[in-house]
Amino acid sequence: MNAAKMRYSGWALLREGLAGQTGWSPAWHDRDPAPRYDVVIIGGGGHGLATAYYLARTHGITNVAVLEKGWIGGGNTGRNTTIIRSNYFYPESAALYDLSVRLYEGLSRELNYNIMFSQRGMIEVAHSEAELEMMCRGANAMRINGVDIEILDRDEVLRLAPLLNGDLNCRWPVLGGMIQRRAGVARHDAVAWGYARAADSRGVHIIQNCEVTGFEIERGRVVAIETSRGRIAADRFGMAVAGHSSVLAGMAGFALPLQSYTLQAMVSEPVKPCLEVVVASSSHGAYVSQSDKGELVMGGNLDRCPSYAQRGNFPVTQSVVSSLVEMFPSFATLKLMRQWGGIVDTSPDNSPILGPSPVEGLYLNCGWGTGGFKAIPAGGTLFAHILATGRHHPISAPFDLARFASGATIDEAHAGVAH
Amino acid sequence: MQHFPCPWCGNRAEVEFRYAGDAGVQRPTRTADDAAWAQYVHFRRNAKGAAKELWVHSGGCGRWFALSRDTVTHTITGSEPVA
Ligand SMILES: Cc1cc2nc3c(=O)[nH]c(=O)nc-3n(C[C@H](O)[C@H](O)[C@H](O)COP(=O)(O)OP(=O)(O)OC[C@H]3O[C@@H](n4cnc5c(N)ncnc54)[C@H](O)[C@@H]3O)c2cc1C
Ligand SMILES: [Zn+2]
Repeated sequence: MNAAKMRYSGWALLREGLAGQTGWSPAWHDRDPAPRYDVVIIGGGGHGLATAYYLARTHGITNVAVLEKGWIGGGNTGRNTTIIRSNYFYPESAALYDLSVRLYEGLSRELNYNIMFSQRGMIEVAHSEAELEMMCRGANAMRINGVDIEILDRDEVLRLAPLLNGDLNCRWPVLGGMIQRRAGVARHDAVAWGYARAADSRGVHIIQNCEVTGFEIERGRVVAIETSRGRIAADRFGMAVAGHSSVLAGMAGFALPLQSYTLQAMVSEPVKPCLEVVVASSSHGAYVSQSDKGELVMGGNLDRCPSYAQRGNFPVTQSVVSSLVEMFPSFATLKLMRQWGGIVDTSPDNSPILGPSPVEGLYLNCGWGTGGFKAIPAGGTLFAHILATGRHHPISAPFDLARFASGATIDEAHAGVAH
Repeated sequence: MQHFPCPWCGNRAEVEFRYAGDAGVQRPTRTADDAAWAQYVHFRRNAKGAAKELWVHSGGCGRWFALSRDTVTHTITGSEPVA
């Protein structure tokens, strides 16, 4: 059976169960590069793969390649803690991230691939009267933006997360919080693989182990790129390489307003269900959710120095773990199983950059920093629009690189733990 | 825990220090245009590999210095006072 046509269904499971699982075919083809494409996307993370999918599905552009230096989803897409939410302060951000949440809500069906989006709700805890007041200010702005946000009192927070430290005499007592009930978590690999499978079945070439090493620029326009697997020409190039955006921009001769940092995460040993919601605390600088396997998935703030090392430094590991033990005293008995890091591209206003680059024919999808997993369906939709039409979509226009010179930045930096 | 060399205090734990930006940034003249100011304020080399950075010994003597550091290996190759 043709891999492109195979649908996942209860019937297919039953049939393969009876046939000893011998009839499955690969979900996508591992292609060799062709000499030219209409559009080449650099970076096989969620944003690159989703862009390729929407180019094919929405715009009918299928002569497309996604080039990935390692394996697809091996960057931040496969390393993140998968929080999906749209509780942002500015209307421009809410429009972008809420589009993404809505697309995520229909994504398993759209891709015929179970991305396990669990809208279990996310609580941000307030630990002082002042913090609660600022939270109400934020929640009001978010509600005006059309996002579902509720302020919770202390009892409601403790009812939803009963293992939270309820002691009123501790360093950071729980005084209340805010919840987005449509927020939640999803399976990160499934998002990458689902988009890859759906893009491949529409003719997109997914090319792994193919590192872009240089740009061929003629009269200010990119005409081709050099890769570890040869020269590839295209009409338009889109880059979605997260922490390596400045490296690619440097090859093309310009700089970006980005700084790369390591963001780390870690998981505990698996335990029985004990935490139904995602819980974050800006005062503690930590957040946690429980995976379907039972592990507590936790993270916190950026590492303390710019870095391209895909591993976390010890001081931040220590602060995340000690914060979580303060927040959830019973977690102190758990063992830490694994810890890892990804290189994130932080921008000065904690908002992404979408649109044309200073070099003609090369377009940017970067600056998602610590929070771009939630944005993959929207980032792909908007970037596909930009690459197909050469123009902004109304939702992407405020995120153009030009905002740093005009001063119209979208400063989401207030969002303490901005994942 | 990594140790950073403060030019005045010697090797101290990394948590005593705070990163304060790229050491190679040049302030434009007063008459520079918006694009030049944007470059100065926001745009960075964000080097992969050898970098020269400004650090402040915030949990110690409080002084600023330039640190030569590799952003991939985190190896430190030099540390000097800044004016
Ligand atoms: C620990 C951690 C926790 C996070 N938690 C959350 C969270 O809870 N919620 C959330 O929304 N976001 C979170 N994020 C952020 C999120 O993971 C990223 O913003 C998002 O995955 C970015 O997707 P991407 O496709 O742009 O980048 P990536 O998935 O990093 O993909 C970029 C790809 O480009 C490739 N590449 C780089 N250079 C080249 C080259 N020269 N040639 C070819 N390919 C190249 C890389 O190998 C990589 O696979 C977290 C990140 C980390 C590290
Ligand atoms: Zn000192």
